Amino acid sequence: MIETVISFAMSIWEWLPLWAQALFGNLFFIVIIMVPLMLSVAYVTYAERKIIGYMQVRIGPNRVGPKGWLQPIADAVKLMFKEIIIPTNANRFLFLGAPILSIAPALAAWAVIPFNDGWVLADVNAALLYILALTSMGVYGVIVAGWASNSKYAMMGALRSAAQVVSYEIAMGFALVGVLMAGGSLNLGDIIAKQQGGVSDWFIWPLFPLFFVYFISGVAETNRAPFDVAEGESEIVAGFHVDYSGMAFAVFFLAEYANIILIAALTSILFFGGWLSPLEGLVASDSLLLGNGMHWFLAKTAFFIFMFLWLRATFPRYRYDQIMRLGWKVFIPVTIVWIFVEAVMAVMQIGPWAV
Amino acid sequence: MSFLEIVFYVFSGVMILGAVGVIASRNPVHSALSLVLTFFATSGVWLLLEAEFLAITLVLVYVGAVMVLFLFVVMMLDINVTKMREGFMRFLPVGILIALLLLMQMVLVVGPENFGLDVIAEPARHAADYNNTKQLGKVLYTDYVYPFEIASVILLVAIVAAIALTMRRRPETKYQTPAKQIMVKKEDRLRIVKMDAEKK
Repeated sequence: MIETVISFAMSIWEWLPLWAQALFGNLFFIVIIMVPLMLSVAYVTYAERKIIGYMQVRIGPNRVGPKGWLQPIADAVKLMFKEIIIPTNANRFLFLGAPILSIAPALAAWAVIPFNDGWVLADVNAALLYILALTSMGVYGVIVAGWASNSKYAMMGALRSAAQVVSYEIAMGFALVGVLMAGGSLNLGDIIAKQQGGVSDWFIWPLFPLFFVYFISGVAETNRAPFDVAEGESEIVAGFHVDYSGMAFAVFFLAEYANIILIAALTSILFFGGWLSPLEGLVASDSLLLGNGMHWFLAKTAFFIFMFLWLRATFPRYRYDQIMRLGWKVFIPVTIVWIFVEAVMAVMQIGPWAV
Repeated sequence: MSFLEIVFYVFSGVMILGAVGVIASRNPVHSALSLVLTFFATSGVWLLLEAEFLAITLVLVYVGAVMVLFLFVVMMLDINVTKMREGFMRFLPVGILIALLLLMQMVLVVGPENFGLDVIAEPARHAADYNNTKQLGKVLYTDYVYPFEIASVILLVAIVAAIALTMRRRPETKYQTPAKQIMVKKEDRLRIVKMDAEKK
């Protein structure tokens, strides 16, 4: 019975023209990546409220569903049915376009993320550059939203965010230059393959300062606390999305959390070996749970998402000039020095450059 | 029409629309955003040329950094459109003259007799493992290392000049030195005074 169904499906698949196969095949994989991603975004918001709740000795959401598990669904339903208000003098086209500008790059970047050996939607050889280009696009959503709402607070949030993101992108780009020097490739799969051989071979050790800079720049790029001056509640209400309500606001929210997960995933890929097991070399490589596999990638990503939440609960917000100082006067020199150190290491053949 | 051609015409069409939008829209922010769209479509066309490094760098540098700063400036300007249009008829002849000159130059350089498949053959397609980034890196650091170094020095000079232009110490501004703030100890600031309780 099942075999006939499968063979029937296969015959339909083969009957389709090539372009349709490519189209539906890619669409299928996009759905496979997007649906879990969207669910994770929903539950990261829940995790955030719960974790910060416990850190502040509260319980967090616990009313909707058992232990509050249905809270994100309830939030989504509420936001979907809320009216979207467009301010009178707002630029309607750009006002509604801004959330899309914000979420599209956050989702498109997932095309090149490898989940396991060879499990990647687009195995392009300039993946790292592609990621860098797309994460730099995200700022348009913020700027356009701030400008199109025709509101002073939104505008201020947008300007702050634009300057901040552009500054931290430089440090981030330099940190990635360090990674590609160590990996010898721009392809994320190759970079992970270069880290094979156990925990001591991960890039975190030879590139520790770059990991530090990359992760903190990532927090700044996603406009998260303690770098969330773009939406500093105490100063400019909610920053660039003051005038957004309902689903338009929800899309900004989705983009922010999709970006958090993306930065966490990239940190685990670039510095912590992605899908590689930390027990590599100690246990048999064909072991299902302890060997290499997607679950290690997801576990590492989850840990870095937790770091984001932990940072938010721990640190007070930076003042604006201090953010700029940290980005320009601390991070950029650190990365430049470390790229130089890496060059020396490459010449001396230490670490990942050992022959 | 092959798939490649369809992609090419879609991107080129978007590119031309974006370029027209840059000069035709009345709002400077719309113009800047149209320019972003033009860059984006251009990078799509470059991808068709198997120049993925250049294409992505175009998005990274121009869309991700340059245009953000452009928008930053344009958004803060308060442009009076009617005042800008006052001299439109007066400057029209000069404008048309310059436009014609530019058009002539462009036709002379990139005219159909200099480009086209009969003048320049279609570049050979590379194998799937061809790495544009690697090739560029190799050429840039071997054959063209001196022009590359000179270009970077010129950029460095520009950076230094830009900073020198804006750098000025204003005596009334208060600066903070984080290093000093971190080094502060309890003993430097706090004095514990022990005294007997006052009698009534």
